[in-house]
Amino acid sequence: MPFEERRTWAYLATALIVPAGYLLVLVTGLGGLSASPAEGGFQVPLLVAVGTGIVANMFFVRPPRKGRDRRDERDAEIGRRGERVGFIVLGAAMIVPFALVMAEAAYFWTAHAMYLAYVASAVVSSAVKLVLYRRGL
Amino acid sequence: MGKPTKVTNRIRDLRFANGRMTQAELADRIEVTRQTVIAIEQGRYSPSLETAFQIARVFGVRIDDVFAYPDSASPDAASADGA
Repeated sequence: MPFEERRTWAYLATALIVPAGYLLVLVTGLGGLSASPAEGGFQVPLLVAVGTGIVANMFFVRPPRKGRDRRDERDAEIGRRGERVGFIVLGAAMIVPFALVMAEAAYFWTAHAMYLAYVASAVVSSAVKLVLYRRGL
Repeated sequence: MGKPTKVTNRIRDLRFANGRMTQAELADRIEVTRQTVIAIEQGRYSPSLETAFQIARVFGVRIDDVFAYPDSASPDAASADGA
C-alpha cells in the first residue's frame, strides 16, 4: 500500500475515532462534561478533541521511508479530487452553524455543528480518496 | 468514478520483452509508486504525458508503441469515419 494511501486510512481513522471518543465523553459525562447546553463547560474538551485530531494526524503514520515511500502524480490527483469533494461537503455542512448563529442558538450547538462539519468533510474526503485508490480514476 | 480509461497500453508485454522487468523496477525508473504502475497497466489510471514519455523512454520505444487510443472510442472519430 503506498504511503499516501496509508496516510489516508490513518486520517479517516482519526476523523472517526477522535469525535467518537469526544461524543462518548460528552454523553457519559466523564470529566464533569455535560451534553446539556445549559450546563456549558464543553469548550476545553472540544478544543482537546480538535487538538488530539491534529496531533494524531501528524504522528499516527510513521514518516515516509527515504527512497521507498514516494508521492507521485496519481497520489496528487487523488488528493486533489478528494479535497475538492471534502471542500464541497464542508461548504454545505457549514450552512447549519451559520443558521444556528442567525437563530441565536446556544454556543454549544453552534460549536458542535461546526465541529461536525469539519468531521464530515474529513471523513468524506478520505473515503473518496480511498475509493479512488481502489477503483481508479 | 472508477470508469476505466480508454487508453490502452502494452506495458506488461514490454516489461516481459525487456528482461522480465518487474513493476517495482519500472516504478523506480520513472519515480512513481508500484501501485501507480499497476493502475496504469490495468487501465485504471491514465498517466500524465510526461510519465507516458518516461515509460516509453525506459523501453526505448516511441510513445505510441506503448499507448494507444482506439478510434472507435471517440464518437467524433466514428462519425468522421462514416462521412
